[in-house]
Amino acid sequence: MEALANLIGGTALPDVLFYVFAALTLLCGALVIANPFSRNPVTSAMFLVLTIISMAGLFVLLHAFFLAAVQILVYAGAVIVLFLFVIMLLDLKEEQRRKIKMFGLVAGVVSVGAIVAIFLKSLHATNLNARPAPATEGDTASLGKLLFTQYVLPFEIVSVLLLVAMIGVILLSKKDLK
Amino acid sequence: MHVGLEQYLTVSFLLFALGLLGVIMRRNLLIIYMSLELMLNAANLALVAFSRFNDNLNGQILVFFIITVAAAEVSVGLALIVALYRKRQTAHVEDLTSMKL
Repeated sequence: MEALANLIGGTALPDVLFYVFAALTLLCGALVIANPFSRNPVTSAMFLVLTIISMAGLFVLLHAFFLAAVQILVYAGAVIVLFLFVIMLLDLKEEQRRKIKMFGLVAGVVSVGAIVAIFLKSLHATNLNARPAPATEGDTASLGKLLFTQYVLPFEIVSVLLLVAMIGVILLSKKDLK
Repeated sequence: MHVGLEQYLTVSFLLFALGLLGVIMRRNLLIIYMSLELMLNAANLALVAFSRFNDNLNGQILVFFIITVAAAEVSVGLALIVALYRKRQTAHVEDLTSMKL
């Protein structure tokens, strides 16, 4: 009982929350790409929402509060709604189980193995634990100050990019593409 | 075990590997697209973790821009998928082989 109280009240809580959110992220991410119960793309989209929300939790644990809010607003709000909208629009049938190609399996396993090997190698080559305790707070004020002083040019360019994307989407979705 | 940069990077790499696996193994265009989003999110997580543990906000600014560009990319990509579906009535990469030699 005392250990439990220490776990919740003490400094260990962020660590516990990290493992919870990390497990949730990875589990839901795995269910996005391969769900044993359903082949419906809508299910994948829903698990993508869960992945993104638990990732926003990880952002909060990293003190990136503004990005956590943006993550939920933009990804869980706009992007997933767009995905669901397209899935419904296309009226995709419950996809039948196709045989996984041998080539795809081998290529997938090899590339994932390569990624993991690179990761382990780089983790061993660097000493990550010898860092001072971090103090950066990613709140809206400090991020906004940086965004409108040092990064004002990329900010404007990104707004133009959004305009370009909007025009492109309108053109692409016209009935008779010339 | 104390949670540091190493643990966050592990999660990020695993998520990236999952997304890569999805892109390579799945045959549905929309699922492939969702796996791409997973990979983008994994990169974002790594950037935020680096930003936090290096006492530097530049990584978070970069993530902000990545999220913006990803939103634009998703809208254009889904419009392409809809246009493709209208022409070919399929969202399966195996049925879209007209550029094969």
